[in-house]
Order: sequence, then structure tokens, then C-alpha cells
Amino acid sequence: MVGTAETLEQVQALEDRKYKYGFVTDIEMERAPKGLSEETIRFISAKKGEPDWMLEWRLKAYRHWLTMEEPDWAKLGYPPIDYQDAYYYAAPKSKDDKPKSLDEVDPELLATYEKLGIPLQEQKWLAGVAVDAVFDSVSVATTYKKKLEEKGIIFCSISEALRDHGDLVRQYIGSVVPYSDNFFATLNCAVFTDGSFVYIPKGVRCPMELSTYFRINASETGQFERTLIIADEGSYVSYLEGCTAPQRDENQLHAAVVELVALDDAEIKYSTVQNWYPGDENGVGGIYNFVTKRAACRGRNSKVAWTQVETGSAITWKYPSCILQGDNSVGEFYSVAITNNRQQADTGTKMIHIGKNTRSTIISKGISAGRANNTYRGLVKIMPKAENARNYTQCDSLLIGSKCGAHTVPYIEQRNPTAKVEHEATTAKISEDQLFYCQQRGLSEEDAVSVIVNGFCKEVMKELPMEFAVEAQKLIGISLEGSVG
Amino acid sequence: MSLIEIKNLHATVDGNAILKGIDLTIEPGEVHAIMGPNGSGKSTLSYVIAGREGYEVTEGDILFDGKSILEMETDERAIAGIFLAFQYPVEIPGVANTTFLKAAVNARRKAAGEAEVDAMQFLKLLREKTKLLGVTDEMLKRAVNVGFSGGEKKRNEILQMAVLEPRFAVLDETDSGLDIDALRIVADGVNALRGPERSMLVITHYQRLLDYIVPDKVHVLAKGRIVASGGKELAQELESTGYAGYADTEAA
Ligand SMILES: Nc1ncnc2c1ncn2[C@@H]1O[C@H](COP(=O)(O)OP(=O)(O)OP(=O)(O)O)[C@@H](O)[C@H]1O
Ligand SMILES: [Mg+2]
Repeated sequence: MVGTAETLEQVQALEDRKYKYGFVTDIEMERAPKGLSEETIRFISAKKGEPDWMLEWRLKAYRHWLTMEEPDWAKLGYPPIDYQDAYYYAAPKSKDDKPKSLDEVDPELLATYEKLGIPLQEQKWLAGVAVDAVFDSVSVATTYKKKLEEKGIIFCSISEALRDHGDLVRQYIGSVVPYSDNFFATLNCAVFTDGSFVYIPKGVRCPMELSTYFRINASETGQFERTLIIADEGSYVSYLEGCTAPQRDENQLHAAVVELVALDDAEIKYSTVQNWYPGDENGVGGIYNFVTKRAACRGRNSKVAWTQVETGSAITWKYPSCILQGDNSVGEFYSVAITNNRQQADTGTKMIHIGKNTRSTIISKGISAGRANNTYRGLVKIMPKAENARNYTQCDSLLIGSKCGAHTVPYIEQRNPTAKVEHEATTAKISEDQLFYCQQRGLSEEDAVSVIVNGFCKEVMKELPMEFAVEAQKLIGISLEGSVG
Repeated sequence: MSLIEIKNLHATVDGNAILKGIDLTIEPGEVHAIMGPNGSGKSTLSYVIAGREGYEVTEGDILFDGKSILEMETDERAIAGIFLAFQYPVEIPGVANTTFLKAAVNARRKAAGEAEVDAMQFLKLLREKTKLLGVTDEMLKRAVNVGFSGGEKKRNEILQMAVLEPRFAVLDETDSGLDIDALRIVADGVNALRGPERSMLVITHYQRLLDYIVPDKVHVLAKGRIVASGGKELAQELESTGYAGYADTEAA
């Protein structure tokens, strides 16, 4: 989403103040040694001033990672990644390395910002242009934080949380995605550099959508992000991750971990718009996005809803999941995944029903164009004690052109006879009839595709917070430009 | 100047010659009717006018406002003022009728260098038009043509025409599938749009529609050619004699 003029003013104000008090100096231009080793991990941990237990945990993860093999079961193809040929910690770039003005920025990127209606100032920020008043989102958060603090809500970077709320972090981190979970998650445990932390106290309804966009300095989002959200009893929070504007990053590999914990009667709504650089038509230079997102519905009547719009990255490997442990808990997964050109996406969800009367809904919309491949991979697992569990899954695929692919791989494990699991799947093509009809009404071919695809995705789009929805709609059109004809 | 002038139009579909030399001129304000047996090329003519992909003009020309439109894209022709009420309206799942219409209106405004239409104003405009055509608000919220009955789909086509106010409209069998009451409502809607600047080409199999929408001229299309032209009495004549007399006739 786009910050308002008001936000920018706040940034400006905070920026000015910051210079006045001169606390910009603690950013050191330093890099961790190249490659992955215990030394690298110690460096990161020291750099962040972390408690010992955190370092120990990182090292434990690293040692385990050394014994693991990169998964190859997903329907993805990419050249092997050399994990030793990368930097795992880099201090923010100096101004001299950044483009001096928008003139030095890829015009294609700017055209997209234009189409999304992003204000000039923010365009600069997103494109990483060196400006005096950098849109330093850390400062913006400070403004919001006050409002949140009044309600006892904690919303900060995970590094800050480790400093100021160490016990909370220690209690929950790794409790949903254990350090040994999977190759990419384990790597993340060892080397994560930053991410978000949210704690909503008992009975509190978070008064605003929480968004990383305002918190993380975009050029340094980091390839190994770690997010932890805890909704205490009876609380509610809606969290927005990502940004509709295309984001570039020199780091090709991204392996984030997101953990959500919902206690009794708590509800978490987690919405993502992922638009990392997908590479050129041949997929060159695109981001590899290997993400582990998991929610524990630990409490009775707790609820977690994942909504995602995935349009970016060369490769997406992502299965936001829910462990429905509390009785009557609810898990929802709404997903739109668009792949164009050479993009590949293997995404879906896991719903693990453990408690009684647990319910889950999965709505997945996959759109493929160009030579792209799009796979839905889902697991619905009903454990023996999950009396009366219910799942409804709907997977729809839409193909644009004849060179792309869509695949649906649903796994169902039914271990309780009272549970009901329903699965529906459809595959359709955008018909020439529909395109002609729209164009006869005056829509350009691109607008026609956008309208038809947005219609196809409607059930998912309506789950997005308003703040995201309008831009996400435009984004869908933009992602598919040039896909027809 | 004639609003539309079709000159010696030959067209193929997937390499098959379907239109074989059509001449047709319509003046501003006129309503012409085309009748003709199944498969004679009526819908093909409408698609060729609208510029549908795969419908190739091999000879002749179509002038709109005196200028050839053959090089224009479908959407450019639409924005220039050409509208086609489809014989088989297309379903677009998930796209609300209102959203679709708004997109169409905004496409025109964009082309004219105007700002997008104000949502409230647009709703007001829609309400006016829907009342005229007996289209319910509920139908506006539903996805374009999805689950609409045959008659509702046709009514929806005319609603779109009323909102988009084209200068030249081709109505392809808008009467088929309509009950008597709906036929009258649709015809009233069409008549309300008649005006000195707007022309229409009404494709139909039944003289009945032409009792409501009285044409200035009637043409008979057979095997890709216009084989007879006349006043509205020609339609009556056809009603009693059928097309038998024209089946083997060469161009008139
Ligand atoms: N893709 C195609 N390939 C070959 N022939 C085609 C194709 N599309 C249409 N035709 C043929 O073109 C001819 C004219 O079709 P058209 O739909 O224009 O007829 P029509 O006059 O509108 O008929 P009706 O009264 O049944 O609506 C028909 O013989 C039809 O089979
Ligand atoms: Mg026809």
C-alpha cells in the first residue's frame, strides 16, 4: 500500500529530528565474511547484541542444517544455489552506491510505480535512490508505536524484541516452526537478520492494520526475515506484509520464516502481497522465494486466516499452514498466485486438524501465462482426535495461452471417521469470447485480461484489507501485461 | 455523410469465405433491419464490423464517419462508437455487472483524456437506465451474464447500450428468447435511444420485432450477400413466403 502524504510528513519530521539529535551514527558499513560458517553466525549475533541463548539456538540450527539436504520434491527447476558464495549480513548501503536520482533507475520499474499510482517520494524510496530524507520506516513506526503502546501492543523489529522482550521471544520463537523443520527454515534460524515481532495482549483488538511496509527500510528488508506474531487470549490483529510495488534485491535467495500463535478466542489475519522481482522474460535475475509460514491455533475457538497475493519472484515455494490444535479452532487460506513468462510457483497450504470441531477452508486461485508453471500443493490432515473436523478446499486454475502449466496436488489424510473433507478443482482458460466481449465494450486487451482475472480471483481478493485490495487489483493486471496476443 | 458505409465487403473465417460482397449504407438516424436464413452470415457481418480477431476482410471496406475502420482494433472501434449487442452474450464470472460497465465507461473517458467517473454519479446514471429496462439492482450486482436467463442476458445487452450510448449499434437477434412483455420493454429501450445522430442495424428472424422497432429499410442476407432490400413491408412479405425464393438468387 501507499503511504499517505501525512505519513511522509511524519517521516520528514522524524528525519529532521533525527539529524538534530544526530543518532544516525550507529550504522556501520560492515559486512559479514563471505560464506556460511559458525563465524558468520557469531558475527551476526554479536552485531545484533543478542542474548546468549539466541546465539546457541542459531548455532544448533546451523549444525543441523549441515546435515540436511535441499528439498527437490516441489515442481520447480532452478540451478543449484551456492550457499558459500553469498553474504549473510551486510550493513546498509552507503549513499554513494545508490542511484543518485530516478533518472538512474530502470524506466520499466518506474513505469510500474506510475501505474500503481505511487507518489514520487515513495518511488525514490522503493527504488533505493539516495535522498536526504530517506523514507526511514523505522521512524514512522515510532509514531504508530505510541498509539499501540497505549493498548499494550508490542510491534517492533525482532532484534528490538530480543533486547526488550527477550522472555516473550524465547517462549515462542521456534515453537511453531522448530529449528529443525526444513532446509530453508533451518537456514533462516541460523542466519536471520531481522523481521517483525508483534504481541497483542489479552482481550485487545489491535486498532489498526499492522504493516511491515512502514517499519522496514525497504532496501535492507533482508533475505532472511523472521516474523513472530502472538495473539493472546481474546485478542485480534490484522497484519499486512509486503508491498504491491515491485521490489528489487541483489540477494537472489530469500528464505523467510513466519510464526503465528493464536491463544484462546484470538484471531490473526495475515495478508501478504508478494511482488519481488520476477526476472526478465527469460527469468534471469529473479528472486528465489522459499518461505516457511505456519500458524498455531493453540487456543480454543482461535482463528487464523492467511491471505496471499503472489505475483513476484522467479521461484515461489511457500505453504502457509495452520495447526488447528485448540477445539473449535478455524484455519483459512486464500491464495492468488500469478505466474507469467518463466516464473514458477509451487504454493499451497497445510491444514492439520488436531482438536475437535476444527474447521478449515482453502481457496486457491492459480493463474499461469507465458511459459510459467503454477502448482497448488496442499495437505489436509485429520488426526484421530479431531472429531467432526471439516475442510473445504477449492482449487481453481486459469490458463492464459497454451505454453503454461497448472497443476493441483492435493493430499488428504483422514484419520477420524466423523470428519468431512471436500475438495473441488477446476481448470479454465480465458476464452477468446470473453476477451472479444470485453474489448467490444471498449476495454483494451490488457484491461480485459485484468478484469477477467480479477473476477476469477474475487473470492480471495475480497478477503484482503481495503488498504491492500485496490492496489492488488491493479497489480494483477500489471503482472499479466503482455501475456495475451 | 453516411454514418456507416460497407462497400463490396468480402470476409473469411478460418479461411472459409463467408461474406461475399456486401454493400450497405446507413445514414445517421436510420434503423435498418437484416433478415436471412440461419448461417447466411448475419452474425459474421456483425463481428467483422466490430473487428473480431480471426474474421478477415479480404476485399472491400467499411467506412465509419467516412473513414475506414479496418485497421482499428476492436476496442478502438468500440470507443469510436460502435456497439454490438451479442446474439450470445458472454459470461464473465466474478465480475459484477456494475464493475464491468464502469470499466467500459472509464475506458471511454480515458481515451477522451477525462478523469474516471465518480462512483456515486455513475450509480445515479445506472439507476436511470435500469428503471427504463426493468433491470433490478440485484442484477447489477451479479456477475456479468452469469446465471442470467436468456431474456435477462438480452436485456443486459440493451442496458449496456443505453449506458454506453454508441452512435452505431448492431443488435444481433436481441429479440430471440424474449417473452412478449420483455420484447416490448427491450423495444421501448431501443426506441428511446433512437435519435437523429444514432443509427442501428437490427438483425432478426421475426417480423414481430419490427412492429415495435420500425425500420427505415429491410435487407435480406443469403449466402453472404444482400439479395433484396426494401421498406418495412419486405419483412411482412418474408413472414408469409419465407426465404425459399431467395435461396438460389444471386446478388440483387
Ligand atoms: N470458425 C468458423 N469456421 C468455419 N465456418 C464458420 C466459422 N464460424 C462461422 N462459420 C460459418 O459461417 C456461416 C455464417 O455464420 P453466422 O453465424 O454469421 O450465421 P447467421 O446468419 O448469424 O446465422 P443464425 O441466424 O443461425 O444466427 C455459417 O455457415 C457458419 O457455420
Ligand atoms: Mg447469428
